[in-house]
Amino acid sequence: MDCIRLEYDVDGENFASAGNASESVKRTLKQMGVSPASVRRVAIAMYEGEINMVIHAHGGKAVAEVYPDRIEIRLQDTGPGIADIDLAMKAGYSTATENIRSLGFGAGMGLPNMKKYSDEMKIESTVGVGTTVFLRIDF
Amino acid sequence: MTIRDIVKLLDAEILCGGENLDTEIHTACGSDMMSDVLAYVKDQSVLLTGLLNPQVVRTAEMMDMLCIVFVRGKRPEQNVIDLARDKGIVLLTTEKRLFLACGILYTNGLGG
Ligand SMILES: Nc1ncnc2c1ncn2[C@@H]1O[C@H](COP(=O)(O)OP(=O)(O)OP(=O)(O)O)[C@@H](O)[C@H]1O
Ligand SMILES: [Mg+2]
Repeated sequence: MDCIRLEYDVDGENFASAGNASESVKRTLKQMGVSPASVRRVAIAMYEGEINMVIHAHGGKAVAEVYPDRIEIRLQDTGPGIADIDLAMKAGYSTATENIRSLGFGAGMGLPNMKKYSDEMKIESTVGVGTTVFLRIDF
Repeated sequence: MTIRDIVKLLDAEILCGGENLDTEIHTACGSDMMSDVLAYVKDQSVLLTGLLNPQVVRTAEMMDMLCIVFVRGKRPEQNVIDLARDKGIVLLTTEKRLFLACGILYTNGLGG
């Protein structure tokens, strides 16, 4: 099946630009006529993942593949990795610094929120190598 | 109420989006944690916050919010205003503190 493939570099040094990729995907889905409820689920889930790449992993690559009935998103970074994924998935668990909290993030809600808004979520991570988060959201 | 009513009730200054003041608003939320806004907010269309960075506008955009009110007389930098203008989001600033600003809007019929 044909799909539209969107690829982005997520700049880990630029907090202000975090969200550019998610915004572009959101705009594309809207233009394609995907329902507003689905567009919002995608936007929130991807944005949480994109922010994580910037605040925890020095940025990386985001790839979104849009099919008629769903979107598949891969967020890939070469950051520090996640030692205990089950623990990271727990609501309220965060290793964010005071600096990140002062920017309004670091409540430990991002990964659980991504799980909530996606139909499938997989995290592959190796400490010292990086993390890849896969999200599938059905329209 | 409309965004114009919010401007009056909070004695707010319009930073951008003045062309959208007649938009109807039914619910709002107040928070300095964007994480919580992303995790708990449902259909609220106004965000009251003391935080000023660009991710406040991004968060509002992802949640399809229409208006951001900066409290305690805070003003974001121009790049943040430009970002909001670009997204059609109304930016307001009020001297009132977060609790008070939320209270005034709630008392005047805005839901949570
Ligand atoms: N891409 C990543 N690379 C390395 N560690 C990560 C990554 N994403 C998440 N983590 C780890 O998992 C923890 C939980 O992530 P989660 O997104 O749930 O919360 P948070 O980012 O700390 O706060 P919030 O998302 O509420 O702003 C993070 O604090 C961090 O330790
Ligand atoms: Mg997060």
